[in-house]
Amino acid sequence: MIEIQNVRKSFGTLEVLKGIDLFVQKGEVLTVIGGSGSGKSTLLTCINGLEPIDSGRILLDGTEVHAKGTDLNRLRRKVGIVFQQWNAFPHLTVLENVMLAPRKVLKQPKAEAEAMAVKQLTHVGLGDKLRVYPSRLSGGQQQRMAIARALAMSPEYMLFDEVTSALDPQLVGEVLDTLRMLAREGMTMICVTHEMKFAREVSDRVAFFHKGVMAEIGPPDTFFGAPRTAELQQFLSATH
Amino acid sequence: MFDTALSWNDMIFLAQGAGMTLMVTAVAVLAGTVMGIVFGVLRYQLGTWWSLPLTFVLDIFRSVPLLIQLVLGNAFQAIARLGWEPFTTSCVILSLYTAAYCTEIVRGGIEAVPPTTRRAARSLGLTWWGDMRYIVAPLATRVSLPAWIGLTLGVLKDSALVLWLGLIELLRASQILVTRLQEPLFILMICGAIYFLLSFPIARLGGYLEKRWSPHD
Repeated sequence: MIEIQNVRKSFGTLEVLKGIDLFVQKGEVLTVIGGSGSGKSTLLTCINGLEPIDSGRILLDGTEVHAKGTDLNRLRRKVGIVFQQWNAFPHLTVLENVMLAPRKVLKQPKAEAEAMAVKQLTHVGLGDKLRVYPSRLSGGQQQRMAIARALAMSPEYMLFDEVTSALDPQLVGEVLDTLRMLAREGMTMICVTHEMKFAREVSDRVAFFHKGVMAEIGPPDTFFGAPRTAELQQFLSATH
Repeated sequence: MFDTALSWNDMIFLAQGAGMTLMVTAVAVLAGTVMGIVFGVLRYQLGTWWSLPLTFVLDIFRSVPLLIQLVLGNAFQAIARLGWEPFTTSCVILSLYTAAYCTEIVRGGIEAVPPTTRRAARSLGLTWWGDMRYIVAPLATRVSLPAWIGLTLGVLKDSALVLWLGLIELLRASQILVTRLQEPLFILMICGAIYFLLSFPIARLGGYLEKRWSPHD
């Protein structure tokens, strides 16, 4: 379970998270929506420990992410994150991209890491691109490779940070299909997205972030059907 | 009809000089690159302010002409009674000179690796060292290679200045033959041709590596 307790985070004088409280159960799909600068992407990088927080606590299965004694590198094996920019390692083939962390972090034998990489790449529909360099892939394929790369670590939680935002419209569908597949398989996921249809379809709960606070959260039916706050009503009407 | 007093023994003498040039260059480039990598990583990690003392020292080696560095270095080692041979003094000074340039090449190479790529590597659980070794080093090497090849070729030619410390390298060997045989044009043409033969494989190696790595980007 991911527990976020009164988390605050500032960049200089700009406070981007103003006391966020949130929990995500195992197997749950939580979608986070909100305008630019609302703090939703920052929250994901804080959960993964890539950004420090100013106050509050984030607990992953009871382990406090930002505590002094926490081994972040070990904790990150549990939490995969995929970013808006897929960040392929350009000097490695698709297969090597996916094998790198299992080999060097989990110390898996080559055959085992390769088998896992092939499985995950096939899973996301890239089984025929194993020996290709990322520069030869489309944006959607590179994003799916990034998803396979995170999945190869067998994470318990997956964080997706606007993974379709940098893609051409015709490539968005293939990445969303991959996320739908993961949701069906029971992966615990937090997805920051602007894809409302996707959020309505796959989420157990949807959260709306506005100016650094979580303004509203609820099941998709009530969230989209009967938004309580004026901010969410305005946001939804602007995006429809 | 072309006639020359240059004998095979003189050619062997030139070859020995070329050997010394290669040796000094090899030691300077090897030691300078190792120091350059260490200093370059330090410069990057420490940031502008904390690395200021290091930057200042390296700037001295980059700004003062190499000939002055060699003469002063030789004088200081004598004053300090270190008892260094001209070869050792030459290698030490040239290594520091190379390191000063290499540091900036390395720092620039590291900075060229997108922070988002490094963040993705860290998010997979790679440690700082793992990120440096498996992501930053290969990518920074590709970016830095042309500049490093240029530096190596520069050091190969600049190593001629060690003749001022009495080391008989290629140019000094040529000077000795010019003085003895009075055939400056012919001997300097041979000397230049040998410098070209030493430089050409290094430049080609750089070109080959660039080409080999380019399809990956």
